[in-house]
Amino acid sequence: MNAIKSLSCRECGRVYPAEALHVCDFCFGPLEVAYDYEQIASSTTRETIAAGPRSVWRYGPLLPGGPAGGLDEETGLTPLVKADRLGAELGLKSLWLKNDTVNPTGSFKDRVVSVALSVARELGFSAVACASTGNLANAVAAHSARAGFRSYVFIPHDLEMAKVATTAIYGGNLISVEGNYDDVNRLCAELTSEHPDWAFVNVNLRPYYAEGSKSLAFEVAEQLGWEVPDHVVVPVASGSQLTKIAKGFEELYRVGLLADEPAVRISGAQALGCSPVADAFKSGADAIRPVKPQTIAKSLAIGNPADGWYALETVRKSGGVLEAVSDGEIVEGMKLLARTEGIFAETAGGVTIAVLEKLAASGVVKPGERVVAFVTGNGLKTVEAVAGHVQPTVTIPPSMDAFAAAMPAAASR
Amino acid sequence: MNAIVRIPSQLRELTDGQGEVSLSGATVGEVLKELDATYHGIGERIFDGSGGLRRFVNVFLADEDVRFMEGLDTPVEDGQVISIIPAVAGGS
Repeated sequence: MNAIKSLSCRECGRVYPAEALHVCDFCFGPLEVAYDYEQIASSTTRETIAAGPRSVWRYGPLLPGGPAGGLDEETGLTPLVKADRLGAELGLKSLWLKNDTVNPTGSFKDRVVSVALSVARELGFSAVACASTGNLANAVAAHSARAGFRSYVFIPHDLEMAKVATTAIYGGNLISVEGNYDDVNRLCAELTSEHPDWAFVNVNLRPYYAEGSKSLAFEVAEQLGWEVPDHVVVPVASGSQLTKIAKGFEELYRVGLLADEPAVRISGAQALGCSPVADAFKSGADAIRPVKPQTIAKSLAIGNPADGWYALETVRKSGGVLEAVSDGEIVEGMKLLARTEGIFAETAGGVTIAVLEKLAASGVVKPGERVVAFVTGNGLKTVEAVAGHVQPTVTIPPSMDAFAAAMPAAASR
Repeated sequence: MNAIVRIPSQLRELTDGQGEVSLSGATVGEVLKELDATYHGIGERIFDGSGGLRRFVNVFLADEDVRFMEGLDTPVEDGQVISIIPAVAGGS
């Protein structure tokens, strides 16, 4: 596997071979991929990246499964949109949106799955599995169909209809579990012990899978002309994406692709109905107390977040904050983003934008900062969330008179 | 009370390869201490220095996280299943 040396425990440092392992046998700490950064630095330049594929695999040397193993060439390198109209409403002069709604299955999960399935193939697996709140389910089902893996996707039974249909259509096994995501996740963690022949992308392949989120940071830096923003706002579910974005910026510096050591403030966004990490941030606690989620932002509804502690630590060290917003604010955030920038994001995007709005209003996000907000999923997946909140302006019979009567200002010109 | 304890693959080298073992105790903590007494070495894996659960160990009684109940003091009924599960899994 290219420049991957081994896996090592983030807590106690014990070293393991680069196989399908996710926790330290001794202390149960998470295993992380250890790279040979010197080798990467000696062979990777801004030019080699620019000459690479127009996908996450342009950063292959810094991802497991790359550079040769990349399964698909469509994931990633999504637009970094300069959001001047939204910025003007929020009083921010330099706001960008990382628009991951346009990935192949409509969320950032294509990134992590592209990496995980590339590794699954390298390790010789023929079956893949996952526990998902929907976006990961979409990505695993679709990429498995394309790559020819058997798939077993486990979801909570109360997911949005669109996320169920857009998983089931790919024809793999879809197991709807009568419980919430944390129940599904526990079941999958137990199944992993009995099914070492399955590549559970977010369990036994988690060290590799999670690395895919670094590509968000790689792309943002490249798209900003190899500079980093001052402040990023990232949605928090398990907390993995946030910690990996931070790691991505650090690695770019480490291998010589950034001139200066990055100092990016990293802020996290949660829904009030599931805010265990934001709660810990506000109370100053060092432990994450699990909660029972109750929010329309189902893709963020992880009450017992695996990387919650690391996300908390990353935010605190960076000088960022964690903030949470209500379901009503989430819908308003979705509408604001669509109205100002023409981007229809799922509920998690509403969480991010609503938190950004709150932080801009309170001065935590400063007007002159270069800010990037991560919009990580497509609104077509969670149409139910806005169904009662948006409707036609008017409904009329098909006649000129009716239009003139209903919309006099538009009709009179 | 007799409880069934499900052992994750990471600890099975200490239980002679068994994925489930039957043990007694009135609370979750007592059952887990009995587990350590029977299969020596498990205690240092799942407990921290002060006798609490390590940060990355989750324990479930009848599929419910014991942190939503009384933690290690949660009473155990006869025949209930206790699962020890690595905390680091998942990601939406």
